[in-house]
Amino acid sequence: MTLPAEKAAAAEPAAGKLAAEHVTVVFGHGRRAATVLDDVSLAVPEGTTVGLVGESGSGKSTLAKAMVGLVRPRSGRILLDGAQVSGLRGARLTAARRRVQLVSQDPNSSLDPRMRIGRALAEAIDPRRADPRAHAEQIAAGLEMVALEPDAARRYPHEFSGGQRQRIAIARALVARPEVIVADEITSALDCSVQAEVLNLLARLRAELRLTMLFISHDLAVVRHVSDSVAVMHRGVIVERGDIYAAPAHPYTRRLLASAPSLPPKETR
Amino acid sequence: MIRSSRGLAAGLAGLGLIAVLAVAAPLVWGGDAAHLSGAAREGASGAHWLGTDALGRDVLARTLVATRLTLVMTLSATAIAGTIGILLGTAVWVAGPRVREAGLRLIDVMVSYPAVILALAVAAILGAGTAAAVVAIGVAWSPAFARLTANLAASVAGRDFVAAARLLGVPPHRVLVRHLLPNIAEPLLVLLSVAFAGTLTALSGLSFIGLGVQAPSYDWGALLNTGLDALYTNPAEALGPAVAITLTGVLASFVGDGLAAGADPHRIGISGRLKKAPVPVAAPAADDGEALLTVAGLRVSAGGVDLVDGVSFTVRPGEIVGVVGESGSGKSLTAMAVARLLPDTVTADAGALRLDDLDLLAGAAPDRLATEIGVVYQDPAASFNPALRLGGQLTEVLRRHRGLDRRAARTKAAEALAAVRITRPEARLRRHPHELSGGMRQRAMIASALLTGPRLLIADEPTTALDVTVQAEILDLLREANRRDGTAMLFISHDIGVIASLCHRVLVMYAGRIVEELPVGDLVAGRSRHPYTRALLDATPRVDAEGDGELTTIPGRPPAPADRAAGCAFASRCALAMPKCTEEPPAAISLGADHRAACHALDQKVEENAS
Amino acid sequence: MTAAVQEAPAPPPVKAGSRVRNPWIGFLLRRLAGLAGVLAALVVVTFLMVQLIPGDPARALAGTDATGAQVERFRHELGLDRPLPAQFGSYVSGLLHGDLGTSFQTREPVADVIGGRLPFTAELALLAIVLVLALAIPLGMAVAVATRGGRRRRLDAAFTFGTGLLGATPEYVLGTLLVLVFAITLRLLPAAGASSLSALVLPVVAVALPSTCVLARIVRRETAVVLNQDYMRTARGRRLPPLALYARHALPNLLTSTLTMGGLMLTAMLGGTIIVESVFAWPGLGSRVVQAIINRDYPVIQGTVLVLGILAALLNLLIDVLLGLLDPRTLTARSTS
Repeated sequence: MTLPAEKAAAAEPAAGKLAAEHVTVVFGHGRRAATVLDDVSLAVPEGTTVGLVGESGSGKSTLAKAMVGLVRPRSGRILLDGAQVSGLRGARLTAARRRVQLVSQDPNSSLDPRMRIGRALAEAIDPRRADPRAHAEQIAAGLEMVALEPDAARRYPHEFSGGQRQRIAIARALVARPEVIVADEITSALDCSVQAEVLNLLARLRAELRLTMLFISHDLAVVRHVSDSVAVMHRGVIVERGDIYAAPAHPYTRRLLASAPSLPPKETR
Repeated sequence: MIRSSRGLAAGLAGLGLIAVLAVAAPLVWGGDAAHLSGAAREGASGAHWLGTDALGRDVLARTLVATRLTLVMTLSATAIAGTIGILLGTAVWVAGPRVREAGLRLIDVMVSYPAVILALAVAAILGAGTAAAVVAIGVAWSPAFARLTANLAASVAGRDFVAAARLLGVPPHRVLVRHLLPNIAEPLLVLLSVAFAGTLTALSGLSFIGLGVQAPSYDWGALLNTGLDALYTNPAEALGPAVAITLTGVLASFVGDGLAAGADPHRIGISGRLKKAPVPVAAPAADDGEALLTVAGLRVSAGGVDLVDGVSFTVRPGEIVGVVGESGSGKSLTAMAVARLLPDTVTADAGALRLDDLDLLAGAAPDRLATEIGVVYQDPAASFNPALRLGGQLTEVLRRHRGLDRRAARTKAAEALAAVRITRPEARLRRHPHELSGGMRQRAMIASALLTGPRLLIADEPTTALDVTVQAEILDLLREANRRDGTAMLFISHDIGVIASLCHRVLVMYAGRIVEELPVGDLVAGRSRHPYTRALLDATPRVDAEGDGELTTIPGRPPAPADRAAGCAFASRCALAMPKCTEEPPAAISLGADHRAACHALDQKVEENAS
Repeated sequence: MTAAVQEAPAPPPVKAGSRVRNPWIGFLLRRLAGLAGVLAALVVVTFLMVQLIPGDPARALAGTDATGAQVERFRHELGLDRPLPAQFGSYVSGLLHGDLGTSFQTREPVADVIGGRLPFTAELALLAIVLVLALAIPLGMAVAVATRGGRRRRLDAAFTFGTGLLGATPEYVLGTLLVLVFAITLRLLPAAGASSLSALVLPVVAVALPSTCVLARIVRRETAVVLNQDYMRTARGRRLPPLALYARHALPNLLTSTLTMGGLMLTAMLGGTIIVESVFAWPGLGSRVVQAIINRDYPVIQGTVLVLGILAALLNLLIDVLLGLLDPRTLTARSTS
């Protein structure tokens, strides 16, 4: 499954389904300006999952937002199927946006607390009308994909646990039939056994739907578990990509790997 | 989502009555209010309950009749304030970032000016009169709405579901109607009721000082004004409008309070303090002659529900004991019960809770508690007092409980900071906590906890809020302190990997009970036996294992504390469950040196092996 | 926020701002700039007050029965016949020389009118503010501590009801009732005037009491929030005696949040003072400006609104400085409220 290792960190990534090319993002102006992403290039090839690891403040969430068009890069481009999507406006922006969906970290904030699950999914199917009755079948199918009963559609987010809410957020992204999913720390707020549920769900969806996904996490083990290839981000720069677990080259990657608390592999049990 | 309360209901009912009065009073008492009885400035009597005014008109009738004008003015001013404010707030929020910044600053400044001064300026321009007063007060109250609308819109718009809607291609106006407005409606409603009370007071105030309603019209404020003049002859004349203004204002503020209480997350979930009669301890703790910390039959409860249910364990001198479990397992409550730092809403009792010769149950001496137990908390950003410098916080225990003077305490604190590898310790003592990074704050917290050379260090998820590289540094520090000083530790974590890398012995908690206790060597070697421990291990992805393997998931969720079954709390999710499991709680059975597990299925296997 | 700033070795991370510079310098510069902006706005607003009078200001000011010639003379006297920028120029230059104009009604210089009245208003307002702070903070804290974790439900209910009732009573209504009880019925205190020290009691109480109740509720709620903070648990872990725990650890933090929210209320008390002055015939700015508005005495209105606005601005500045002293983090924040 592992892609051909791209050892040189700065190397041009192979053209992907979704790609960032020399993206630089700066927040603030003048003296307070902070470069959050510095000439970052990253490609997500079709049908694969690319993992992005980094610590807090490394810029990984900003890259996620830039990839889906919520943050405008100061320079560089975001490409979808080789066509530039960054800098689009109006209807073309809307059309491009629907093709890439973001699932975010906080299960308390990812769903509108005042909106029933059915309506939230209906909105993903038809953003204008958002009529749950018109799309009842699709909604039920979407909920089934994340192993929830169809009657969940009639309930409100607060009636679900954190893991269930994250699954609903994934279902909402999926029913929009996106070509790429960007998952930003979607399991970091969850307990271990609940995280396992979400990770298994992702594994199944990857196999069944041939998902193209950018999976972002601070957890090396989780990223390794779901990704075909991994990139390491540190202070707004991708320092290493490729087979970082077997042969880490960059000192930061080695430090990261050495810091991760490890359990013995399951085979010994 | 608005929860009803008695205050809210009473307020709404009262305001409803006043509204009825506003409609009916001029029809019923309009004649009386205008009738010149010829008996001027009479005191209260059977015919005139509140007496008569200077022209001999009935004060009670006039007060009742004035309800309509007062209410109409108040509602109009509130409507003006709300409309202008909400439109302005929305406009500021919709505008670009530069305009928004400037607009918010301007609104902030306007809000900080007394509405009365603003109203005076408007009244001066338009001249004294009813319409001028309404406009003046309406305009004066609008910045409050503008600010709330802009702030709420900004906070709601920053939430993930709004970003999700935008990515799904929901048109902006629909995002506004569908997501923003429903989520900001409740606080705006609260402000509306507050503004109603405020505009009532202010409008009546303007009429009272002669800048509002002009004769021959009258509202409560104008009536109070004439009442003030008659205070010596007929005090009741002022009393009528005074009570009317106050009562209406109070009712409106009750409504506001009720709405706010319903919307305020702080108020939700405050449970009662119900002290339960101590339950006899089921099983005594493993008799451990060398134990430093002995916990036997610890029970922590809130509102009559047991959150920690009969936990027994020991910590030996120099030993690091880890407690692992998922959220709600009671691991942090156990740690805080040992530290005697439980929140006010929960109570704890135990058969025994002892740190060597110090009985933690019977009000232990504060100086011994403070110096012999060190505590490191989960969130280093929140656990230091933001208003005090680090030096003051670190030296507090030494000065209070060890009697050191300021200089000696500071020297020791600087040494302690240096020991956790904080550079320029003297300078750091003069800093406020927010001037340090997260990792440095947690190291300072460890220094603070180790400062008195405690016999036991309790660390409650000390690395959860930190990055993995920083976590590794913190774990190194703890290991070092343990090796150097022989400090025993009770280390709480949800991360079984962290526990395995630091601790000597592990307690696995589930639903308020310890389900398994084993040496870390056994855990690492895969010799854990309890089904929950094994499931937890299998659910954890490995950094050193190739991916794609299916992780084990545990069906269902942990039971809520109030719904825990009489038997094993894990039974409903356990693959090995037997009928017995749901009926009686499993006792801990010994599986080797320091290895115990509470499981009926294991019990049976042990019996089979024995026979 | 600086959530992104994590400690790490190797090259220094990109950080917003630096910690070398004294944060007070930037803070004071920003605040003084803000104050200048507010002053400018006040000058413009008070200047425009005359211009914004609906219809013909000169006719409105001269009165309804004035002849055309009288109106024109009035217009010339006020300079309303000159172009707007010229009028503004002379208004500003007048202000800079301390010339606030002359009262239409009494022909006194407005500066003298205000100079004679301001001390009374300032005395009343400042005393009331001090009283509010001195009463509300201990009361709110004590109730919060006594009722923490759902203890003493009756005290909780009594406090909530009592402060709710008094807090919703307008200052002038309370003032009227106080006069009725203490001046007329009990004859303990004077009902009006400012001739003796005892005459201060009722007006100060009338202004202070409702705000005390409102602020005590805020303090109580903020104290409850502070008591639940992690750092209070840390402090409890140091096993400090109650006084050290509440005074040293809780008070600074709850003052920060209380002042942030209650600061608005303190400036609003200036408004309460203005109206209460009418109840007690208090010779302050409030009763004077009311008279001026009724008589359309614009120079006095302009001057008073300007001075009251400056008072409010200074009060806001004072609150921000206090906040900065209590919690240095507010110095670098863009906005305090």
